[in-house]
Amino acid sequence: MSPGRGLRSSLGILALILGLLAPAGAAAVLPDEVLDDPVLENRARALSRLIRCLVCQNESIDTSNADLARELRILVRERLTDGDSDAEVFDFLVARYGDFVLLRPRMKPANYLLWFGPAALLLFGAAGVTLYFRRRRPSAVDGLSAEEEARVARLIGQDPDAE
Amino acid sequence: MTRRALYLLPLLLFALVAGYFLWGLASDRNPNLVPSALIDKPAPAFDLPPLDGLGRPGLATADLQNGGVALVNFFASWCLPCRAEHPLLMDLAESGVVRVLGIDFRDSPEDARRWLGQSGNPYERIGVDERGRTSIDFGVSGVPETFVIDREGRIRYQHIGPLMARDIEDKILPLIESLSE
Repeated sequence: MSPGRGLRSSLGILALILGLLAPAGAAAVLPDEVLDDPVLENRARALSRLIRCLVCQNESIDTSNADLARELRILVRERLTDGDSDAEVFDFLVARYGDFVLLRPRMKPANYLLWFGPAALLLFGAAGVTLYFRRRRPSAVDGLSAEEEARVARLIGQDPDAE
Repeated sequence: MTRRALYLLPLLLFALVAGYFLWGLASDRNPNLVPSALIDKPAPAFDLPPLDGLGRPGLATADLQNGGVALVNFFASWCLPCRAEHPLLMDLAESGVVRVLGIDFRDSPEDARRWLGQSGNPYERIGVDERGRTSIDFGVSGVPETFVIDREGRIRYQHIGPLMARDIEDKILPLIESLSE
């Protein structure tokens, strides 16, 4: 193997590693959408990451190139510029597209199962396992009963009373 | 007795989970369908300009509040499924059971004019939604989508995707009939 090939293959591996480390979804925000105020722009970016693109469905509007996502990004920025709070922006979108537009489900009774279900299942399982082992332990730890001692002694040919 | 019931619990849990998965696999379920948030709410406020050169007026919220039950169809000339449902809309408009209104979604006016000129115009009024803002207010995520609006201007039904003959017979027509009474 020539030294050149070795270098090339390690460069290839390096490229692969860098590729795998790169963020999965690069932002789709176009320069003309960006707000002049960096504070508002940061808020807009943070909100956009939590809003679902209704066209691509499993992508946020921050990373989607769909026309609708672009329009929603502009809309979010307009509302922030007009002084809306984060909650007001979410409410505006939920009123139109329903809870589905939120990538992080809201904490409300209808979503309790979603939020607490996994933890509840884990607790349920843990309780079951604990109960199981606690019930098994006594029989393993207890010594032989007097009756059993007598039987063992008899079997190995010793009279317990002789000792 | 209670002890024995406890042994049935895992089975019960399994049946619950399996039933849920079975429901998820049902062939007539469309997981991409987004439940509508606007049902029984008043149609959003909008006022859209007409499509130039077509000779039909534009569309505004006020047009939905008087004049009877209306079908509002979001369409675009570039949208293929819209072409598929187009003959059904022509039939509906011709039958006269409902006012068929259109919103032209993110379209070039020339293309829209050419298309409606070629295949016919079922719409009594057409509003041009150039940037798609009115569509966002209606919770539209793509064309075609069709809304049934009652006489008071409230949204009663949202159909996502192209209308099929079955949708019109099973859902749209019965709803229009009950709303027109």
